[in-house]
Amino acid sequence: MKRTYLGEFEEIVLLTVAVMEGSAYGVAITHEIIEQTGRSVRLNQIHSALERLEDKGMVKSEMGEPTAERGGRRKRLFTVTAYGRRTLQEIQEVRVSFWSRLLNPLKLTTSL
Amino acid sequence: MQHLEPPKLADKLLRFFLSANRLEEVQGDLHEEYRWQIRRVGEQQARWRYWRDVLGFLKPRFTPKNDPKQYPKPSPTAMLRNYLKVAFRNLVRHKGYSSINIGGLAVGMAVAMLIGLWIYDELSYNTYHQHYDRIAQVMQHQTSNGHVGTQQAIPAPLETELRKKYGTNFKRLAMATWQSDRILSFGDKKVMRSGNYMGADMPEILSLTMLKGSRDGLKETNTVLLSASTAKSLFGTADPMGKTINIDGKADVRVTGVYEDLPFNTEFRDLTFIAPWELFVSTQPWVKRSRDENQWGNNSFQLFVQIADNVDMETVSSRIKDSKWNNVDAEDKKYKAEMFLQPMSDWRLYSSWEEGAKTGGYIQYVRLFAIVGVFVLLLACINFMNLSTARSEKRAKEVGIRKAVGSIRSQIVNQFFSESFLVVFFAFVGAILLILVLLPWFNDVADKRITFPWTKAPFWLTSLCFILITGLLAGSYPALYLSSFQPVKVLKGTFKVGSWAAVPRKVLVVVQFTVSITLIIGTVIVYRQIQHTKNRPLGYDGNGVVMMQMLSPAFYGKYEVLKTELTNAGVIQEMAESSSPMTGVWSNNSGFSWQGKDPSLDADFSTIWVTHDFGKTVGWQFKEGRDFSRKFSTDSSGLIINEAAVKFMGIKNPLGTVIQWGAKEDPRTEYFTIIGVIKDVLAESPYEPVKQAFYFLDYENVNWIMLKLNPNRSVSESMAVVEATFKKHIPSAPFDYKFADEEFGKKFASEERIGKLAGGFAVLAILISCLGLFGLASFTAEQRTKEIGVRKVLGASVLNLWGLLSKDFVVLVIISCLIASPIAYYYLSDWLADYEYRTDLSWWIFVASGLGAMLITLLTVSYQSVKAALMNPIKSLRSE
Repeated sequence: MKRTYLGEFEEIVLLTVAVMEGSAYGVAITHEIIEQTGRSVRLNQIHSALERLEDKGMVKSEMGEPTAERGGRRKRLFTVTAYGRRTLQEIQEVRVSFWSRLLNPLKLTTSL
Repeated sequence: MQHLEPPKLADKLLRFFLSANRLEEVQGDLHEEYRWQIRRVGEQQARWRYWRDVLGFLKPRFTPKNDPKQYPKPSPTAMLRNYLKVAFRNLVRHKGYSSINIGGLAVGMAVAMLIGLWIYDELSYNTYHQHYDRIAQVMQHQTSNGHVGTQQAIPAPLETELRKKYGTNFKRLAMATWQSDRILSFGDKKVMRSGNYMGADMPEILSLTMLKGSRDGLKETNTVLLSASTAKSLFGTADPMGKTINIDGKADVRVTGVYEDLPFNTEFRDLTFIAPWELFVSTQPWVKRSRDENQWGNNSFQLFVQIADNVDMETVSSRIKDSKWNNVDAEDKKYKAEMFLQPMSDWRLYSSWEEGAKTGGYIQYVRLFAIVGVFVLLLACINFMNLSTARSEKRAKEVGIRKAVGSIRSQIVNQFFSESFLVVFFAFVGAILLILVLLPWFNDVADKRITFPWTKAPFWLTSLCFILITGLLAGSYPALYLSSFQPVKVLKGTFKVGSWAAVPRKVLVVVQFTVSITLIIGTVIVYRQIQHTKNRPLGYDGNGVVMMQMLSPAFYGKYEVLKTELTNAGVIQEMAESSSPMTGVWSNNSGFSWQGKDPSLDADFSTIWVTHDFGKTVGWQFKEGRDFSRKFSTDSSGLIINEAAVKFMGIKNPLGTVIQWGAKEDPRTEYFTIIGVIKDVLAESPYEPVKQAFYFLDYENVNWIMLKLNPNRSVSESMAVVEATFKKHIPSAPFDYKFADEEFGKKFASEERIGKLAGGFAVLAILISCLGLFGLASFTAEQRTKEIGVRKVLGASVLNLWGLLSKDFVVLVIISCLIASPIAYYYLSDWLADYEYRTDLSWWIFVASGLGAMLITLLTVSYQSVKAALMNPIKSLRSE
């Protein structure tokens, strides 16, 4: 296996972290995913996904500033690492290459 | 707003199972979510959701067991790496201190290791021989005039006696004469080689490594075994086996074997050939008589044995005790001859005797240097300790911070230990380099051939222990001391090392200087003893006296012709022959009597036979009477005695006294008349009183030719003529000669060696101590920069400041002097007691050594104190 396997949910989380550009932390990511995909995502799922991603070296994190609404607690802010970014790109390229070989994409959509 | 807070119970639950590292962010997220949900769906719903979310985290993944790697788990070496990095940075930052520390320690270690190598070499002396612990020499104690003397020389019949009556105790026995230079010739090739005549069992006893032939090579009479080097110098690359060579122009022998040269650290290292004892017996009638006629009174030979496997040395030694006494004539019983075995393991280190008891010997030097080595190493360690603790104030803050961020004491201890090990390791590398440089010089001075044991595992193992011990020794004090600092005090800035902290440092400096001063005094005394003995009146003039041993029959009967020719050539003033060289007495005899002799006195004298011109050649100094003269034909029964003999015999008017040699009824008894008394001639040990001596006139019983060179011509020119003349008349012998004064000088070799080594170590000890002092002085000066600045502003002179900064150290050195003097006095008077002729321990030596140490101290300290005193106060006071 050339690269670390990335699950679909992890991919979504990773993409979200990438999109949020440095302001990504647990609650914010949860809300963003709910908003964008309409899935019902729970906080603990996000936390474990982030932890797995961090273990795989695709995101890194550091403690941010404390806020009042968190009861003076700090957030853990996530950013995508170079490795994480490359992984996303590879996934994207694989998808694109398959899509481009699809002879009749419209037909496919109609049959669905 | 109480109701806006999330459910407390849920929070408690969360705190309970969630790992502490995650708690902050998770709880923060939950609270934020809760607030958001309140706004979205109301409090009740939010509370429910809160509970649901909290329970969502109740998964193995979030328990403390699976803590995220937020804080890296340090590997065991991580802190060590940090310690070493900090240590290294510290070393580089303070180059001066580091070089003093490492340099001093390297010198100390090098000295200790050199001494270690030397001791190892001494202890492994003779261990080359396989039967090392089974070999012994048979020796004897004899009592004469109330004193027990001990000697290696034994009578010839002893071998047969031991074989016959005590045979089961021995595996092998070998008689031998004395090792000396002999002429070996093969065709035209002649070489002078040191060798011996020994019994046929000797090669087996010594377990010689045979390169050619076998150890049985001496079983036939006319054979010889050569060492590899002798074989090479005689035959080059040709095969020596079976070739016939000649020894001393007396006997032709066939080469039956070649053995590997004996290593340098063996007793027989100069035994470069072995001829059979039987050959010696058959060519020397007096030896044959001595053996075959059972002359138990003629102690002229040596006997080596290898004891049987099932007995031990002491048992055999006690069994053979009376083997001689049982056989001697009735009148010789009074000498109480006791035979005993001197084991090979004691030959080197335990070979001095006093009144029949072993008193040690070379071992005392081994012990002495072992102590010196330990002390020098200790000095270097003390330097390290002193500099580290002195500089501790500089590192107090570091210790404080380390402790504040969580270091426990054992970690600080570890840190300083790893630092000391780093320094010790650097020093060790430095020490090895130093040893490589010093080894040739050391070998030269100590008369050794020690090589660096690169490949020996025990050496590296010992070195490792050495590093460990030194590291622990040097690092323990700073480690324990520095780690005891209280972080609060240190970081608040109120931390000041009190005056008590300097006390151990001062004690250590005193220890250092005590050792150094003791060594200085020791060196001075050793040198004075040598000088004192060298200046002792010799009783003759050895200047320009050349000695030549008459090794082959060809030398004899050429006296007149040589003398005439050399005198005519103008190269010599006088020429004479004698039975002993100027630097030894080869024969002692007893059985003399004279009128008024105390019957209980054992009349034992040095006996020397000389020719007419001997007195003129060596410059005898007459107290009474006259020299031998050709004018009086009666001089053939004339006798010249020395002052010691007059005292020994207890006669008032020696001149004209008749000496009887032998018993009255014996027809061979001879009578001599004393015609002269000379001042004592110092021929044997320069540390002992001269023995009573008789000089007889004789032209047959001589072994040495003495030449007094013409002082008006250059020595090399004269020797060229002498060589040509000798080559012409005695072509069969190689031309070999010795200068009397040089030979005399060799008697001091052992003492000079000790002197040089002790001197070298004393210099190093002082150097190491001064290095430490230098470091301490510079540190003190640095610490008191502000004080000095203020004093200068208020008008202190440079001299004042110099005194201020130097005073402390001078007091320490004075204390050291007071301690060192009695210690040195005690040990040196002990050492000097071994010498009959010795220098006195005058008080000024102690004072001078103390002053010398003081001077060196002042010079060392002054550099720093003057530098500090000259500093511009503006610079030192500007920064605050």
